Amino acid sequence: MSATLTATPETTAAPAPKPTYKVTFGRVLRSEGSKFLSLRSSWITLAVGLFFLAFVGIMVAYRYNPADLHGPAADSRDAIDISLKGVELSQLALGVLGVLATAGEYTTGLIRSTFAAVPKRLPVLWTKCLVLFGAAIVVATAGAFISFVGGENFLHGKAIALTLSSSGVLRCLFGAGLYLALVTVFGAALGMLVRSVAGGIALLVGIMMLLPVFLDMLPSSWKTDVAPYLPGTAGQSIYSLHTAPGALSSGTGLWVFVAWVAAALIGAAYRVVRSDS
Amino acid sequence: MIELQHLVKRYGDKTAVDDLHFTVKPGVVTGFLGPNGAGKSTTMRMILGLDAPTSGSVTVNGKRYAQHAAPIQEVGALLEARSIHPGRSAHNHLLALALTHGIPRRRVDEVIELTGLGKVAKKRAGAFSLGMGQRLGIAAALLGDPQTIMLDEPVNGLDPEGVLWIRTLLTSLAAEGRTVFVSSHLMSEMALTATDLVIIGRGRLMADTTVAEFIEQAGGDSVKVVSSDAARLREALLGPDVTVTGEAGSETLAVSGLSARQIGQAAADAGIAVFELTPQAVSLEEAFMTLTGDTVEYRSNAGTASKNGAPEGSVAA
Repeated sequence: MSATLTATPETTAAPAPKPTYKVTFGRVLRSEGSKFLSLRSSWITLAVGLFFLAFVGIMVAYRYNPADLHGPAADSRDAIDISLKGVELSQLALGVLGVLATAGEYTTGLIRSTFAAVPKRLPVLWTKCLVLFGAAIVVATAGAFISFVGGENFLHGKAIALTLSSSGVLRCLFGAGLYLALVTVFGAALGMLVRSVAGGIALLVGIMMLLPVFLDMLPSSWKTDVAPYLPGTAGQSIYSLHTAPGALSSGTGLWVFVAWVAAALIGAAYRVVRSDS
Repeated sequence: MIELQHLVKRYGDKTAVDDLHFTVKPGVVTGFLGPNGAGKSTTMRMILGLDAPTSGSVTVNGKRYAQHAAPIQEVGALLEARSIHPGRSAHNHLLALALTHGIPRRRVDEVIELTGLGKVAKKRAGAFSLGMGQRLGIAAALLGDPQTIMLDEPVNGLDPEGVLWIRTLLTSLAAEGRTVFVSSHLMSEMALTATDLVIIGRGRLMADTTVAEFIEQAGGDSVKVVSSDAARLREALLGPDVTVTGEAGSETLAVSGLSARQIGQAAADAGIAVFELTPQAVSLEEAFMTLTGDTVEYRSNAGTASKNGAPEGSVAA
Protein backbone atom coordinates (compact mmCIF):
# COMPACT_ATOMS: atom_id res chain seq x y z
CA MET A 1 0.00 0.00 0.00
CA SER A 2 1.44 3.35 -0.94
CA ALA A 3 1.73 6.14 1.56
CA THR A 4 -0.75 8.91 0.91
CA LEU A 5 0.60 11.83 2.88
CA THR A 6 -1.22 14.51 0.95
CA ALA A 7 -1.19 16.96 3.79
CA THR A 8 -0.72 19.97 1.53
CA PRO A 9 -3.81 21.71 0.22
CA GLU A 10 -4.54 21.36 -3.47
CA THR A 11 -5.03 25.07 -3.95
CA THR A 12 -1.47 26.35 -4.08
CA ALA A 13 -2.64 29.96 -4.04
CA ALA A 14 -3.98 29.89 -0.51
CA PRO A 15 -1.12 30.22 1.97
CA ALA A 16 -2.85 27.99 4.53
CA PRO A 17 -0.60 27.70 7.56
CA LYS A 18 -2.57 24.71 8.83
CA PRO A 19 -2.21 21.40 7.04
CA THR A 20 -5.55 20.07 5.90
CA TYR A 21 -6.08 16.61 7.25
CA LYS A 22 -9.06 14.48 6.35
CA VAL A 23 -10.44 11.15 7.43
CA THR A 24 -10.80 8.80 4.46
CA PHE A 25 -11.69 5.11 4.21
CA GLY A 26 -8.17 4.29 2.98
CA ARG A 27 -6.60 6.06 5.94
CA VAL A 28 -8.86 4.31 8.44
CA LEU A 29 -7.85 1.04 6.75
CA ARG A 30 -4.16 1.89 7.21
CA SER A 31 -4.82 2.80 10.83
CA GLU A 32 -6.61 -0.47 11.52
CA GLY A 33 -3.84 -2.38 9.75
CA SER A 34 -1.26 -0.67 11.92
CA LYS A 35 -3.31 -1.42 15.04
CA PHE A 36 -3.60 -5.08 14.07
CA LEU A 37 0.12 -5.48 13.43
CA SER A 38 1.19 -3.61 16.57
CA LEU A 39 -0.46 -6.02 18.99
CA ARG A 40 1.30 -9.13 20.15
CA SER A 41 -2.01 -10.93 20.63
CA SER A 42 -2.71 -10.70 16.87
CA TRP A 43 0.50 -12.54 16.06
CA ILE A 44 -0.01 -15.12 18.80
CA THR A 45 -3.58 -16.01 17.80
CA LEU A 46 -2.63 -16.14 14.11
CA ALA A 47 0.29 -18.43 14.96
CA VAL A 48 -1.93 -20.65 17.11
CA GLY A 49 -4.50 -20.86 14.30
CA LEU A 50 -1.79 -21.81 11.81
CA PHE A 51 -0.27 -24.34 14.21
CA PHE A 52 -3.57 -26.13 14.87
CA LEU A 53 -4.38 -26.28 11.19
CA ALA A 54 -1.00 -27.59 10.03
CA PHE A 55 0.05 -29.68 13.01
CA VAL A 56 -3.24 -31.52 13.61
CA GLY A 57 -3.59 -32.39 9.90
CA ILE A 58 -0.05 -33.72 9.60
CA MET A 59 -0.27 -35.66 12.89
CA VAL A 60 -3.53 -37.34 11.87
CA ALA A 61 -2.05 -38.25 8.49
CA TYR A 62 1.03 -39.65 10.25
CA ARG A 63 -1.06 -41.80 12.61
CA TYR A 64 -3.57 -42.87 9.96
CA ASN A 65 -3.88 -46.60 9.69
CA PRO A 66 -6.77 -47.98 7.62
CA ALA A 67 -6.59 -51.30 9.52
CA ASP A 68 -7.12 -49.61 12.90
CA LEU A 69 -10.85 -49.09 13.31
CA HIS A 70 -10.53 -47.00 16.46
CA GLY A 71 -7.47 -44.93 15.65
CA PRO A 72 -7.52 -41.25 14.78
CA ALA A 73 -9.35 -40.50 11.57
CA ALA A 74 -10.69 -44.04 11.41
CA ASP A 75 -13.87 -42.59 9.99
CA SER A 76 -12.11 -40.42 7.43
CA ARG A 77 -13.21 -40.91 3.89
CA ASP A 78 -10.45 -39.09 2.05
CA ALA A 79 -7.14 -37.26 2.43
CA ILE A 80 -8.84 -33.88 2.51
CA ASP A 81 -10.88 -35.02 5.49
CA ILE A 82 -7.65 -35.92 7.24
CA SER A 83 -5.57 -32.89 6.38
CA LEU A 84 -8.35 -30.47 7.36
CA LYS A 85 -9.02 -32.13 10.72
CA GLY A 86 -7.41 -29.09 12.34
CA VAL A 87 -9.98 -26.62 11.00
CA GLU A 88 -12.23 -27.07 14.00
CA LEU A 89 -9.52 -26.10 16.46
CA SER A 90 -8.07 -23.45 14.18
CA GLN A 91 -11.42 -21.72 13.82
CA LEU A 92 -11.47 -21.15 17.58
CA ALA A 93 -8.14 -19.36 17.54
CA LEU A 94 -9.09 -17.24 14.53
CA GLY A 95 -12.59 -16.51 15.81
CA VAL A 96 -11.04 -15.35 19.07
CA LEU A 97 -8.69 -13.15 17.03
CA GLY A 98 -11.77 -11.49 15.54
CA VAL A 99 -13.47 -11.05 18.92
CA LEU A 100 -10.30 -9.56 20.41
CA ALA A 101 -9.96 -7.04 17.57
CA THR A 102 -13.38 -5.52 18.23
CA ALA A 103 -14.55 -6.34 21.76
CA GLY A 104 -10.98 -5.75 22.99
CA GLU A 105 -11.34 -2.07 22.11
CA TYR A 106 -14.42 -1.79 24.30
CA THR A 107 -12.91 -3.76 27.17
CA THR A 108 -9.79 -1.56 27.23
CA GLY A 109 -11.56 1.74 26.56
CA LEU A 110 -9.60 2.30 23.34
CA ILE A 111 -12.90 2.53 21.44
CA ARG A 112 -13.39 6.09 22.76
CA SER A 113 -10.13 7.19 21.14
CA THR A 114 -11.00 5.30 17.97
CA PHE A 115 -14.46 6.82 17.62
CA ALA A 116 -13.19 10.28 18.56
CA ALA A 117 -10.87 10.02 15.54
CA VAL A 118 -13.49 8.39 13.29
CA PRO A 119 -16.84 9.64 14.57
CA LYS A 120 -18.70 8.11 11.60
CA ARG A 121 -17.82 4.77 13.25
CA LEU A 122 -18.88 2.38 10.47
CA PRO A 123 -15.59 2.71 8.55
CA VAL A 124 -13.91 1.33 11.68
CA LEU A 125 -16.07 -1.81 11.58
CA TRP A 126 -15.61 -2.38 7.84
CA THR A 127 -11.86 -1.79 7.83
CA LYS A 128 -11.38 -4.02 10.86
CA CYS A 129 -13.19 -6.78 8.97
CA LEU A 130 -11.08 -6.21 5.86
CA VAL A 131 -7.82 -6.34 7.81
CA LEU A 132 -8.86 -9.48 9.69
CA PHE A 133 -10.17 -11.18 6.56
CA GLY A 134 -6.94 -10.39 4.71
CA ALA A 135 -4.66 -11.63 7.46
CA ALA A 136 -6.71 -14.73 8.20
CA ILE A 137 -7.19 -15.85 4.60
CA VAL A 138 -3.45 -15.74 3.94
CA VAL A 139 -2.55 -17.63 7.10
CA ALA A 140 -5.41 -20.15 6.91
CA THR A 141 -4.89 -20.96 3.22
CA ALA A 142 -1.17 -21.41 3.86
CA GLY A 143 -2.01 -23.65 6.82
CA ALA A 144 -4.37 -25.78 4.74
CA PHE A 145 -1.73 -26.28 2.05
CA ILE A 146 1.02 -27.05 4.57
CA SER A 147 -1.22 -29.61 6.22
CA PHE A 148 -2.18 -31.30 2.96
CA VAL A 149 1.30 -31.35 1.42
CA GLY A 150 2.87 -32.35 4.76
CA GLY A 151 0.40 -35.19 5.23
CA GLU A 152 0.66 -36.39 1.61
CA ASN A 153 3.90 -38.30 2.30
CA PHE A 154 2.36 -40.30 5.10
CA LEU A 155 -0.76 -41.19 3.14
CA HIS A 156 1.18 -42.00 -0.01
CA GLY A 157 0.19 -45.39 -1.38
CA LYS A 158 -2.86 -45.71 0.85
CA ALA A 159 -6.34 -45.98 -0.59
CA ILE A 160 -7.47 -42.55 0.48
CA ALA A 161 -4.37 -40.70 -0.79
CA LEU A 162 -4.88 -37.66 -2.99
CA THR A 163 -2.58 -35.15 -4.66
CA LEU A 164 -2.93 -31.43 -5.26
CA SER A 165 -3.93 -32.19 -8.83
CA SER A 166 -6.74 -34.52 -7.80
CA SER A 167 -10.17 -33.20 -8.65
CA GLY A 168 -11.65 -30.92 -5.98
CA VAL A 169 -8.56 -30.80 -3.76
CA LEU A 170 -7.62 -27.20 -4.55
CA ARG A 171 -11.24 -26.12 -4.10
CA CYS A 172 -11.27 -27.68 -0.64
CA LEU A 173 -7.96 -26.16 0.47
CA PHE A 174 -8.89 -22.68 -0.71
CA GLY A 175 -12.36 -23.26 0.69
CA ALA A 176 -10.91 -24.00 4.13
CA GLY A 177 -8.90 -20.77 3.98
CA LEU A 178 -11.99 -18.80 2.95
CA TYR A 179 -14.10 -20.44 5.66
CA LEU A 180 -11.58 -19.64 8.41
CA ALA A 181 -11.25 -16.04 7.21
CA LEU A 182 -15.03 -15.72 7.36
CA VAL A 183 -15.05 -17.18 10.88
CA THR A 184 -12.57 -14.44 11.87
CA VAL A 185 -14.90 -11.78 10.52
CA PHE A 186 -17.81 -13.55 12.26
CA GLY A 187 -15.89 -13.29 15.55
CA ALA A 188 -15.25 -9.59 14.91
CA ALA A 189 -18.95 -8.96 14.30
CA LEU A 190 -19.96 -10.85 17.44
CA GLY A 191 -17.35 -8.94 19.46
CA MET A 192 -18.70 -5.62 18.21
CA LEU A 193 -22.22 -6.80 19.03
CA VAL A 194 -21.65 -7.81 22.65
CA ARG A 195 -18.72 -5.44 23.43
CA SER A 196 -17.08 -7.86 25.81
CA VAL A 197 -14.22 -10.26 25.07
CA ALA A 198 -15.54 -12.96 27.37
CA GLY A 199 -19.09 -12.60 26.08
CA GLY A 200 -17.96 -12.56 22.46
CA ILE A 201 -15.89 -15.74 22.82
CA ALA A 202 -18.74 -17.48 24.64
CA LEU A 203 -21.17 -16.52 21.90
CA LEU A 204 -18.74 -17.62 19.18
CA VAL A 205 -18.13 -21.03 20.76
CA GLY A 206 -21.84 -21.39 21.45
CA ILE A 207 -22.86 -20.73 17.87
CA MET A 208 -20.06 -22.60 16.13
CA MET A 209 -19.79 -25.66 18.37
CA LEU A 210 -22.66 -25.94 20.83
CA LEU A 211 -25.63 -25.28 18.52
CA PRO A 212 -25.30 -28.74 16.90
CA VAL A 213 -25.24 -30.34 20.36
CA PHE A 214 -28.35 -28.41 21.36
CA LEU A 215 -30.01 -29.54 18.15
CA ASP A 216 -29.60 -33.16 19.20
CA MET A 217 -32.25 -32.56 21.82
CA LEU A 218 -34.85 -31.52 19.26
CA PRO A 219 -37.08 -33.89 17.28
CA SER A 220 -35.08 -35.70 14.63
CA SER A 221 -37.16 -34.36 11.74
CA TRP A 222 -36.20 -30.82 12.77
CA LYS A 223 -32.63 -31.88 13.01
CA THR A 224 -32.34 -33.03 9.44
CA ASP A 225 -34.05 -29.87 8.22
CA VAL A 226 -32.14 -27.39 10.31
CA ALA A 227 -28.72 -28.94 10.89
CA PRO A 228 -27.25 -28.31 7.41
CA TYR A 229 -27.95 -24.61 7.79
CA LEU A 230 -26.13 -24.13 11.08
CA PRO A 231 -22.98 -22.04 10.60
CA GLY A 232 -20.62 -24.86 11.61
CA THR A 233 -22.18 -27.49 9.35
CA ALA A 234 -22.78 -25.13 6.44
CA GLY A 235 -19.17 -24.03 6.75
CA GLN A 236 -17.96 -27.61 6.80
CA SER A 237 -19.53 -28.30 3.43
CA ILE A 238 -17.37 -25.50 1.93
CA TYR A 239 -14.21 -27.55 2.43
CA SER A 240 -15.56 -31.12 2.10
CA LEU A 241 -14.47 -33.09 -0.94
CA HIS A 242 -17.69 -35.06 -1.18
CA THR A 243 -21.08 -33.74 -0.19
CA ALA A 244 -22.21 -35.87 2.74
CA PRO A 245 -25.80 -37.18 2.66
CA GLY A 246 -28.17 -34.46 3.84
CA ALA A 247 -25.44 -31.80 3.79
CA LEU A 248 -25.38 -28.73 1.57
CA SER A 249 -23.26 -28.55 -1.56
CA SER A 250 -20.07 -26.54 -1.15
CA GLY A 251 -21.49 -23.58 -3.07
CA THR A 252 -24.73 -23.46 -1.08
CA GLY A 253 -22.82 -24.03 2.14
CA LEU A 254 -20.66 -21.01 1.37
CA TRP A 255 -23.67 -18.77 0.75
CA VAL A 256 -25.40 -19.97 3.89
CA PHE A 257 -22.32 -19.25 5.98
CA VAL A 258 -21.83 -15.87 4.30
CA ALA A 259 -25.45 -15.10 5.22
CA TRP A 260 -24.71 -15.88 8.89
CA VAL A 261 -21.67 -13.59 8.82
CA ALA A 262 -23.65 -10.87 7.06
CA ALA A 263 -26.44 -11.10 9.63
CA ALA A 264 -23.93 -10.73 12.47
CA LEU A 265 -22.34 -7.77 10.66
CA ILE A 266 -25.68 -6.04 10.18
CA GLY A 267 -26.41 -6.46 13.88
CA ALA A 268 -22.96 -5.15 14.76
CA ALA A 269 -23.29 -2.16 12.42
CA TYR A 270 -26.67 -1.28 13.91
CA ARG A 271 -25.29 -1.45 17.43
CA VAL A 272 -22.19 0.57 16.53
CA VAL A 273 -24.17 3.40 15.00
CA ARG A 274 -27.07 3.48 17.42
CA SER A 275 -25.60 2.94 20.88
CA ASP A 276 -23.43 5.17 23.00
CA SER A 277 -19.87 4.04 23.31
CA MET B 1 -15.72 27.47 20.48
CA ILE B 2 -18.09 24.92 21.97
CA GLU B 3 -21.80 25.71 22.04
CA LEU B 4 -24.25 23.65 24.06
CA GLN B 5 -27.93 24.18 23.37
CA HIS B 6 -30.30 22.86 26.02
CA LEU B 7 -28.41 19.61 26.21
CA VAL B 8 -30.20 16.77 28.00
CA LYS B 9 -29.07 13.20 28.64
CA ARG B 10 -31.24 10.65 30.41
CA TYR B 11 -30.39 7.11 31.34
CA GLY B 12 -33.76 5.55 32.06
CA ASP B 13 -35.24 7.51 34.97
CA LYS B 14 -31.99 9.20 35.84
CA THR B 15 -31.20 12.55 34.27
CA ALA B 16 -27.43 12.84 34.01
CA VAL B 17 -27.37 16.14 32.15
CA ASP B 18 -30.29 18.49 32.55
CA ASP B 19 -30.76 21.35 30.09
CA LEU B 20 -27.17 22.56 29.92
CA HIS B 21 -26.87 25.73 27.90
CA PHE B 22 -23.60 27.61 27.67
CA THR B 23 -20.79 28.62 25.34
CA VAL B 24 -17.09 27.96 25.80
CA LYS B 25 -15.16 30.85 24.26
CA PRO B 26 -11.78 30.78 22.55
CA GLY B 27 -8.73 32.54 23.96
CA VAL B 28 -9.28 31.64 27.60
CA VAL B 29 -9.16 28.57 29.79
CA THR B 30 -12.67 27.61 30.84
CA GLY B 31 -12.96 25.53 33.97
CA PHE B 32 -15.77 22.99 34.09
CA LEU B 33 -16.50 22.26 37.72
CA GLY B 34 -18.82 19.99 39.55
CA PRO B 35 -18.79 17.33 42.22
CA ASN B 36 -18.20 13.72 41.22
CA GLY B 37 -21.21 12.44 39.31
CA ALA B 38 -22.39 15.92 38.33
CA GLY B 39 -22.39 15.03 34.63
CA LYS B 40 -19.08 16.55 33.53
CA SER B 41 -17.81 13.47 31.73
CA THR B 42 -21.19 12.73 30.17
CA THR B 43 -21.29 16.29 28.81
CA MET B 44 -17.81 15.93 27.35
CA ARG B 45 -18.71 12.61 25.75
CA MET B 46 -21.73 14.24 24.12
CA ILE B 47 -19.53 17.05 22.79
CA LEU B 48 -17.45 14.35 21.04
CA GLY B 49 -20.54 12.51 19.82
CA LEU B 50 -19.62 9.38 21.79
CA ASP B 51 -22.97 9.59 23.58
CA ALA B 52 -26.04 10.85 21.78
CA PRO B 53 -27.99 13.55 23.64
CA THR B 54 -31.58 12.73 24.59
CA SER B 55 -32.47 16.22 23.39
CA GLY B 56 -30.74 19.47 22.60
CA SER B 57 -27.57 19.77 20.56
CA VAL B 58 -23.93 20.65 20.82
CA THR B 59 -21.64 22.07 18.16
CA VAL B 60 -17.89 22.55 18.03
CA ASN B 61 -16.50 25.34 15.87
CA GLY B 62 -19.93 25.68 14.27
CA LYS B 63 -20.61 22.05 13.35
CA ARG B 64 -21.55 18.84 15.08
CA TYR B 65 -18.37 16.96 15.96
CA ALA B 66 -19.06 14.04 13.63
CA GLN B 67 -19.62 16.35 10.66
CA HIS B 68 -16.06 17.64 10.62
CA ALA B 69 -13.85 16.18 7.90
CA ALA B 70 -10.89 16.04 10.29
CA PRO B 71 -12.40 15.84 13.80
CA ILE B 72 -9.21 15.55 15.81
CA GLN B 73 -7.89 18.63 14.07
CA GLU B 74 -10.92 20.50 15.41
CA VAL B 75 -11.09 19.10 18.92
CA GLY B 76 -8.36 17.31 20.82
CA ALA B 77 -9.79 15.50 23.79
CA LEU B 78 -8.58 13.65 26.81
CA LEU B 79 -11.44 11.62 28.21
CA GLU B 80 -11.04 9.11 31.01
CA ALA B 81 -7.30 8.51 30.90
CA ARG B 82 -7.30 4.87 29.91
CA SER B 83 -8.65 5.13 26.42
CA ILE B 84 -5.78 3.01 25.17
CA HIS B 85 -4.99 -0.66 24.57
CA PRO B 86 -2.53 -1.76 27.26
CA GLY B 87 -0.71 -4.04 24.84
CA ARG B 88 0.22 -1.31 22.38
CA SER B 89 3.12 1.11 22.77
CA ALA B 90 2.50 4.82 23.21
CA HIS B 91 4.09 5.47 19.82
CA ASN B 92 1.94 2.93 18.01
CA HIS B 93 -1.21 4.17 19.76
CA LEU B 94 -0.55 7.72 18.56
CA LEU B 95 0.48 6.50 15.12
CA ALA B 96 -2.81 4.62 14.67
CA LEU B 97 -4.73 7.79 15.51
CA ALA B 98 -2.54 9.89 13.22
CA LEU B 99 -3.02 7.48 10.30
CA THR B 100 -6.80 7.97 10.28
CA HIS B 101 -6.29 11.65 9.43
CA GLY B 102 -3.16 11.44 7.32
CA ILE B 103 -1.19 13.25 10.02
CA PRO B 104 2.52 12.79 9.28
CA ARG B 105 4.71 10.59 11.51
CA ARG B 106 6.89 13.50 12.55
CA ARG B 107 3.91 15.04 14.32
CA VAL B 108 3.65 11.83 16.39
CA ASP B 109 7.27 12.26 17.46
CA GLU B 110 6.62 15.93 18.17
CA VAL B 111 3.77 15.32 20.61
CA ILE B 112 5.75 12.53 22.27
CA GLU B 113 8.57 14.99 22.92
CA LEU B 114 6.17 17.71 23.95
CA THR B 115 4.58 15.55 26.62
CA GLY B 116 7.87 14.15 27.88
CA LEU B 117 7.14 10.56 26.84
CA GLY B 118 10.32 10.18 24.78
CA LYS B 119 11.90 7.53 26.97
CA VAL B 120 8.83 5.29 27.28
CA ALA B 121 7.27 5.76 23.85
CA LYS B 122 8.21 2.25 22.70
CA LYS B 123 7.02 0.53 25.87
CA ARG B 124 3.65 -1.13 26.33
CA ALA B 125 1.19 1.50 27.53
CA GLY B 126 -0.27 -0.99 30.01
CA ALA B 127 2.86 -0.63 32.13
CA PHE B 128 2.46 3.15 32.39
CA SER B 129 1.88 4.91 35.67
CA LEU B 130 -1.30 6.98 36.01
CA GLY B 131 0.70 10.13 35.29
CA MET B 132 2.28 8.65 32.16
CA GLY B 133 -1.16 7.54 30.99
CA GLN B 134 -2.42 11.11 31.42
CA ARG B 135 0.51 12.43 29.42
CA LEU B 136 -0.23 9.94 26.65
CA GLY B 137 -3.87 11.07 26.63
CA ILE B 138 -2.75 14.68 26.36
CA ALA B 139 -0.34 13.78 23.57
CA ALA B 140 -3.28 12.26 21.69
CA ALA B 141 -5.33 15.40 22.32
CA LEU B 142 -2.60 17.61 20.85
CA LEU B 143 -1.91 15.31 17.87
CA GLY B 144 -4.11 17.15 15.37
CA ASP B 145 -2.92 20.59 16.55
CA PRO B 146 -6.59 21.35 17.28
CA GLN B 147 -8.30 24.69 17.70
CA THR B 148 -10.26 23.38 20.67
CA ILE B 149 -8.79 21.33 23.49
CA MET B 150 -10.99 19.49 25.95
CA LEU B 151 -9.49 17.70 28.93
CA ASP B 152 -11.36 15.67 31.53
CA GLU B 153 -9.60 15.90 34.91
CA PRO B 154 -6.13 16.27 33.39
CA VAL B 155 -4.22 16.73 36.66
CA ASN B 156 -5.53 13.49 38.16
CA GLY B 157 -2.60 11.31 39.10
CA LEU B 158 0.07 13.79 38.07
CA ASP B 159 3.01 14.65 40.33
CA PRO B 160 3.58 18.31 41.29
CA GLU B 161 5.88 18.79 38.33
CA GLY B 162 3.22 17.37 36.04
CA VAL B 163 0.53 19.58 37.55
CA LEU B 164 2.69 22.64 36.95
CA TRP B 165 3.34 21.47 33.40
CA ILE B 166 -0.40 21.14 32.73
CA ARG B 167 -1.09 24.63 34.09
CA THR B 168 1.55 26.18 31.86
CA LEU B 169 0.37 24.15 28.88
CA LEU B 170 -3.27 25.16 29.32
CA THR B 171 -2.55 28.86 29.69
CA SER B 172 -0.17 28.89 26.73
CA LEU B 173 -2.72 27.07 24.54
CA ALA B 174 -5.36 29.64 25.48
CA ALA B 175 -2.90 32.47 24.86
CA GLU B 176 -2.54 31.16 21.30
CA GLY B 177 -6.24 31.85 20.86
CA ARG B 178 -7.47 28.29 21.28
CA THR B 179 -10.57 27.20 23.15
CA VAL B 180 -9.50 25.31 26.26
CA PHE B 181 -12.17 23.45 28.22
CA VAL B 182 -10.97 21.64 31.34
CA SER B 183 -13.03 19.73 33.85
CA SER B 184 -12.11 19.31 37.47
CA HIS B 185 -13.72 18.72 40.82
CA LEU B 186 -11.06 20.86 42.50
CA MET B 187 -11.98 24.54 42.69
CA SER B 188 -8.52 25.51 43.89
CA GLU B 189 -6.92 23.98 40.81
CA MET B 190 -9.26 25.86 38.50
CA ALA B 191 -8.68 29.15 40.34
CA LEU B 192 -5.04 28.92 39.31
CA THR B 193 -5.54 28.19 35.61
CA ALA B 194 -9.02 29.12 34.47
CA THR B 195 -10.44 32.49 33.53
CA ASP B 196 -14.01 31.45 32.84
CA LEU B 197 -15.94 29.08 35.02
CA VAL B 198 -18.89 26.79 34.37
CA ILE B 199 -20.20 25.06 37.46
CA ILE B 200 -22.70 22.22 37.33
CA GLY B 201 -24.36 20.06 39.95
CA ARG B 202 -26.57 17.04 39.27
CA GLY B 203 -26.42 17.83 35.58
CA ARG B 204 -27.79 21.34 36.03
CA LEU B 205 -26.02 24.60 35.37
CA MET B 206 -25.26 26.27 38.71
CA ALA B 207 -23.09 29.12 37.50
CA ASP B 208 -21.68 30.44 34.23
CA THR B 209 -19.24 33.05 35.44
CA THR B 210 -15.57 34.02 35.64
CA VAL B 211 -13.08 33.08 38.31
CA ALA B 212 -12.60 36.74 39.32
CA GLU B 213 -16.32 37.24 39.72
CA PHE B 214 -16.65 34.01 41.66
CA ILE B 215 -13.90 35.03 44.07
CA GLU B 216 -15.49 38.42 44.57
CA GLN B 217 -18.90 36.91 45.22
CA ALA B 218 -17.36 34.48 47.65
CA GLY B 219 -16.27 37.45 49.76
CA GLY B 220 -12.72 37.29 48.62
CA ASP B 221 -11.23 40.38 50.23
CA SER B 222 -11.84 39.96 53.92
CA VAL B 223 -9.25 40.74 56.60
CA LYS B 224 -9.05 39.20 60.04
CA VAL B 225 -8.36 41.72 62.79
CA VAL B 226 -7.67 40.89 66.43
CA SER B 227 -7.64 44.01 68.59
CA SER B 228 -7.94 45.20 72.20
CA ASP B 229 -11.31 46.85 71.62
CA ALA B 230 -13.26 45.17 68.88
CA ALA B 231 -16.43 47.16 69.49
CA ARG B 232 -14.72 50.52 69.13
CA LEU B 233 -12.71 49.38 66.13
CA ARG B 234 -15.90 48.29 64.43
CA GLU B 235 -17.29 51.82 64.86
CA ALA B 236 -14.10 53.27 63.44
CA LEU B 237 -14.13 51.06 60.36
CA LEU B 238 -17.77 51.09 59.33
CA GLY B 239 -18.65 52.99 56.22
CA PRO B 240 -20.28 52.50 52.87
CA ASP B 241 -19.19 49.23 51.17
CA VAL B 242 -17.57 48.05 54.36
CA THR B 243 -18.90 45.12 56.32
CA VAL B 244 -17.59 44.08 59.67
CA THR B 245 -18.60 40.84 61.30
CA GLY B 246 -17.59 39.39 64.60
CA GLU B 247 -19.07 37.73 67.65
CA ALA B 248 -20.00 39.89 70.62
CA GLY B 249 -17.31 39.73 73.29
CA SER B 250 -14.73 38.34 70.91
CA GLU B 251 -11.55 40.22 70.06
CA THR B 252 -11.72 39.03 66.44
CA LEU B 253 -13.39 40.81 63.57
CA ALA B 254 -13.69 39.94 59.88
CA VAL B 255 -13.62 43.04 57.72
CA SER B 256 -14.36 43.22 54.04
CA GLY B 257 -14.21 46.28 51.83
CA LEU B 258 -10.98 47.63 53.34
CA SER B 259 -7.37 46.60 52.88
CA ALA B 260 -5.18 45.50 55.81
CA ARG B 261 -3.23 48.69 55.39
CA GLN B 262 -6.36 50.89 55.72
CA ILE B 263 -7.52 48.94 58.76
CA GLY B 264 -4.15 49.28 60.48
CA GLN B 265 -4.13 52.99 59.82
CA ALA B 266 -7.68 53.41 61.15
CA ALA B 267 -6.81 51.45 64.30
CA ALA B 268 -3.70 53.58 64.91
CA ASP B 269 -5.73 56.77 64.42
CA ALA B 270 -8.27 55.54 66.99
CA GLY B 271 -5.53 54.46 69.37
CA ILE B 272 -6.56 50.79 69.42
CA ALA B 273 -3.88 48.14 69.85
CA VAL B 274 -3.93 45.59 67.03
CA PHE B 275 -2.61 42.09 67.83
CA GLU B 276 -3.20 40.48 64.50
CA LEU B 277 -4.02 41.75 61.03
CA THR B 278 -4.30 39.03 58.38
CA PRO B 279 -5.75 39.22 54.87
CA GLN B 280 -7.81 36.06 54.51
CA ALA B 281 -7.17 33.63 51.69
CA VAL B 282 -10.58 32.98 50.18
CA SER B 283 -11.83 29.51 50.62
CA LEU B 284 -12.99 28.98 47.07
CA GLU B 285 -13.41 25.33 47.90
CA GLU B 286 -15.94 26.28 50.55
CA ALA B 287 -17.76 28.67 48.28
CA PHE B 288 -17.90 25.97 45.64
CA MET B 289 -19.23 23.43 48.11
CA THR B 290 -21.83 25.86 49.32
CA LEU B 291 -22.98 26.36 45.77
CA THR B 292 -23.10 22.68 44.90
CA GLY B 293 -23.70 21.34 48.39
CA ASP B 294 -27.29 20.31 47.79
CA THR B 295 -26.43 18.52 44.59
CA VAL B 296 -23.63 16.29 45.80
CA GLU B 297 -24.30 12.69 44.88
CA TYR B 298 -22.02 10.92 47.28
CA ARG B 299 -21.45 12.65 50.56
CA SER B 300 -19.48 11.49 53.54
CA ASN B 301 -20.95 12.30 56.93
CA ALA B 302 -17.82 13.88 58.28
CA GLY B 303 -16.37 17.06 56.82
CA THR B 304 -19.42 18.60 55.22
CA ALA B 305 -19.06 22.18 54.17
CA SER B 306 -19.57 24.81 56.79
CA LYS B 307 -21.84 27.50 55.51
CA ASN B 308 -19.85 30.61 56.30
CA GLY B 309 -18.81 31.19 52.71
CA ALA B 310 -21.04 32.98 50.27
CA PRO B 311 -24.75 32.76 50.96
CA GLU B 312 -26.53 30.18 48.84
CA GLY B 313 -27.21 31.23 45.30
CA SER B 314 -25.13 34.38 45.51
CA VAL B 315 -23.08 33.34 42.51
CA ALA B 316 -25.79 33.47 39.93
CA ALA B 317 -24.93 33.66 36.27
